[in-house]
Amino acid sequence: MKQRNLELAVGIFVALGLGALLILALQVSDLGTTVGRDGYRLLARFDNIGQLKPRAAVKMSGVAVGQVANIYVDPETFDAVVVMRIDRRFDRIPLDTSAQIFTSGMLGEQYVALDPGGEETFLAEGDTITITQPALVLEQLIGQFMMGKAAGDE
Amino acid sequence: MIETLRDLGRSGIGAFESLGRSALLFFYTWRGMGEVLTRPRLVLQQVYATGVLSLVIISVSGLFVGMVLGLQGYNTLVGFGAEEQLGVVVALSLVRELGPVVSALLFAGRAGSALTAEIGLMKATEQLAAMEMMAVDPLHRVVAPRLLGGIIAVPLLASIFNTVGVWGGWFVGVGLLGVDDGSYWAHIETTVSLRHDVANGLIKSMVFGVAVTWIAVFEGYDTVPTSEGISRSTTRTVVHASLAILALDFLLTALMFD
Repeated sequence: MKQRNLELAVGIFVALGLGALLILALQVSDLGTTVGRDGYRLLARFDNIGQLKPRAAVKMSGVAVGQVANIYVDPETFDAVVVMRIDRRFDRIPLDTSAQIFTSGMLGEQYVALDPGGEETFLAEGDTITITQPALVLEQLIGQFMMGKAAGDE
Repeated sequence: MIETLRDLGRSGIGAFESLGRSALLFFYTWRGMGEVLTRPRLVLQQVYATGVLSLVIISVSGLFVGMVLGLQGYNTLVGFGAEEQLGVVVALSLVRELGPVVSALLFAGRAGSALTAEIGLMKATEQLAAMEMMAVDPLHRVVAPRLLGGIIAVPLLASIFNTVGVWGGWFVGVGLLGVDDGSYWAHIETTVSLRHDVANGLIKSMVFGVAVTWIAVFEGYDTVPTSEGISRSTTRTVVHASLAILALDFLLTALMFD
């Protein structure tokens, strides 16, 4: 009886430890990201993506609906192409939806914001969002401001 | 003058001698691991004594460490309006550093000292000598299962510590201070990487497990077989193991997170 108790206690301990490790792996790490894991792909072409990185959030009205899967430069048009995985639940995104790159807070990370349009037809796997607004690049902004100032002075 | 020099030299030579003895003990013990695998019950008993019995102290400490991290992290982050990142602060500090280190330190105090005292008393009461008389190698019969049991127990304890700690931080941050539940977990999921953070933390705690149990069994086996000697060895186990954990932690961190 005592031996069985020992085995039971050690068994429970090992199960607890492995369970904790599993929770760490699934919930406390990138393995468990569910939004956008299995979903459909949308593409968006931007002039400039700023600091956007893969795995950044894709939001609609501030709610995460997917994540950025991949970013590359189109070798012909030199646009940045952002591949997004959108959750299956959000499969009725209008065709004339526009995409913008915003920053969450002053120091926050950048994310893609989708602004839904009003069309009756919906975006499907592999479609491209063409109405986009590039990320604000602070240096460019300052540069334009300085140029404007200089031009105004003349 | 000459006396002091002589003492200094003696203690220096003594330190190297015990380092050599501990290396030999480690080597001989591992050579006997095959024999241990034929008697898994011995290891089971040690996992019980060092792991299961440390469970309470590990989970309670994990909870409080997580709660403190939640509180401190919140107070700092709220100044930047970045309290949503609280989960990342809690999870990364636990998984990378505090989980492996604190659980190994607690293990050294809770289980390492017990290992030393147990083996030391076996030596003082000549049980080890009696085993040798019966042609049973005490390194294989007594030391090896304890070493293996400790090495198994420490990473599991560290994982429990981490998980409980993240929930402790969640309890303070989300439950008491009003951080958004979704962003607590979402930021953790997007920032903490399985390979870089969780796996490296696990490797750390494995290394600590080997170091702590090795020091504990060596100090026990190498003790001066008197009551005073055992008490000194037990103290040395806790001191040396703690120093070893902290020094190894620096080394491993430098290697892993560049």
